Amino acid sequence: MSDIILETRSINKYFHDPVTFQVLNDINFTIRKGEFVSITGKSGCGKSTLLYILSTMDTDYEGELYIDGESMTKLPHNGLAKVRNEKIGFVFQFHYLLPEFTVLQNVMLPALKLGKFEPAAIEERAMSLLRRLDIGDQAKKGANRLSGGQKQRVAIARALINDPVLIMGDEPTGNLDSKNSKIVFDIFKELVAEKKQSLLIVTHDEDFARTTDRNIVMDDGRMVK
Amino acid sequence: MNTLNLSISKTLLMARLKQSVIAAAGVTFGIAMFITLVSFMTGLNKMLDSLILNRTPHIRLYNAINPNADQPVNRSTEFKNAVNIVRSIKPSDSRTEIYNSTAIIHSLKNDSRVVAVAPKVASQVFYNIGVIDLNGLVNGIDVSQEMKYFSFADYIIKGDAYDLNRISNSVILGKGVADKMMSQVGDVIHVTSAKGDQLSLKVVGIFQLGLATVDDVQSYASLETTQKLLGKPKSYYTDIQVKLTNIDDAPAVAKEYALRYRTDAEDVQTANAQFESGTKVRNIITYAVSITLLIVAGFGIYNILNMMIYEKMDAIAILKATGFSSSDVKNIFINLSMIIGFIGGVAGLLTGMLLTMLIDQIPFKTAALPAISTYPINYDFTYYIIGALFAMATTYIAGYFPAKKAARIDPVVIIRGK
Repeated sequence: MSDIILETRSINKYFHDPVTFQVLNDINFTIRKGEFVSITGKSGCGKSTLLYILSTMDTDYEGELYIDGESMTKLPHNGLAKVRNEKIGFVFQFHYLLPEFTVLQNVMLPALKLGKFEPAAIEERAMSLLRRLDIGDQAKKGANRLSGGQKQRVAIARALINDPVLIMGDEPTGNLDSKNSKIVFDIFKELVAEKKQSLLIVTHDEDFARTTDRNIVMDDGRMVK
Repeated sequence: MNTLNLSISKTLLMARLKQSVIAAAGVTFGIAMFITLVSFMTGLNKMLDSLILNRTPHIRLYNAINPNADQPVNRSTEFKNAVNIVRSIKPSDSRTEIYNSTAIIHSLKNDSRVVAVAPKVASQVFYNIGVIDLNGLVNGIDVSQEMKYFSFADYIIKGDAYDLNRISNSVILGKGVADKMMSQVGDVIHVTSAKGDQLSLKVVGIFQLGLATVDDVQSYASLETTQKLLGKPKSYYTDIQVKLTNIDDAPAVAKEYALRYRTDAEDVQTANAQFESGTKVRNIITYAVSITLLIVAGFGIYNILNMMIYEKMDAIAILKATGFSSSDVKNIFINLSMIIGFIGGVAGLLTGMLLTMLIDQIPFKTAALPAISTYPINYDFTYYIIGALFAMATTYIAGYFPAKKAARIDPVVIIRGK
């Protein structure tokens, strides 16, 4: 078992509407265990599109994708859902919490879905994650009664609940002020250091990108650097 | 896993409690109306049917007065190969008595399809009122059998039917007959048989069937009294009435009996054909109205779920991004619909029951129906099962299409769309 967590082999993607247009052009790269990788690039260069392919949510592409040594390209939708549940954690630009549920429930849901542990154990784990992210006292509140920074931390707790091998973020700090951005960034740093989880973050923030292990720059569907 | 989906459904439902209650109210209304309509209509049907059917045997064996089909000329060898036409044949003085009645009754009682056998003697009479002779019919009946199997007691409005057995030469008059003769229970009336014999009968009761043609003409006496009136022996019966376990068998069984016992046999369906078709039409109307109501309720659920799914696009995308599969999402929304259907359905069944109980209290007095004082309701559990199944089926179908749509939602489009 190598320590390569994610590998792509010549991924191409086209948009067909209104005219056929190549968004991604021969993407080849790998992410190793414990690596903190950022992707930067101009608006419309295809970085978000790439992230959605890597996240297995977008299956309409050419080429091959391996996550944790397993090919994603031939897996059925239910299989992909399972991979997302077990191996990938997501943090989006907008927090995307379920407003009907409490903070704690939001964090617990992916773990309940995985069903690896008893609900009581999951709750304990979710609470300890929330406490670590300094929002333990908000656990019983409704998810939409938190501030933006707090919500993003809840989203991070949710991304971590199943101990994924890979955490992906689409502009996770894009919606936050510099203070909250710093908090989120520090949390990410700690994770890589402590648990050897890999991180792949798409960002606009050049300062943020510079401090990561590796910065991939994209332009016009290609990897430039 | 399924309990997880169910708890997500519940949370989504509680978050939109008002909408959910309105959706459930649609189902409740539909099911309640179905139960009320069906119970009331079938109650009414049953009452109207029983007006005729209760007192009608499923099969009646009798000898019809017909000209003999086997005329002497047909037996003659001389005209064996000819077409014989005999005009104006009159029925011979054939007996209306059923031949070998004791044996037939015995044989019928051993037939497993038969619930009850009751012999009857019908006799034409004249009721003597002063100088006037009123045309009438006395039915000699086996009182205990009639009470037990032909709901005779329901139609006695005065007196006691068993007095026919206890008091010799007694009679129960039709309401119309009694009115015309101005006789009360305890009076003695005089009747003349068709053969001219006169008999005094003590009135022990008055019955009212609700059909003027019967109440104005007929009266009931015991078998012995009627046989005495006719001057016939104890085994003289003009009709044998048969009640079957299954009324639907009557036409087939009637044919079989006609052949086996060489009598005429009339089944209840043939005797009351117009009643059957009336019942059928009323049932069709009831079901058509109820099903329409439920379908309308189904559209309501469909609409509300569709709206809910548009509102919950983000939630669906997040569920999918965090590892819930399309079938989980579909499951969640179908659960949602089924919970609405279940709660609405149960409430509908209860409301329907309360409504029918209320209707059952409304006075409904009519001279034609002595046994009935309130609107008739048929409390048949089968309708509650049909209602429950229909509630679940409609909500499942109403939920299925929006749920399928939700399952197809592409999380990328929504997450990227912001």
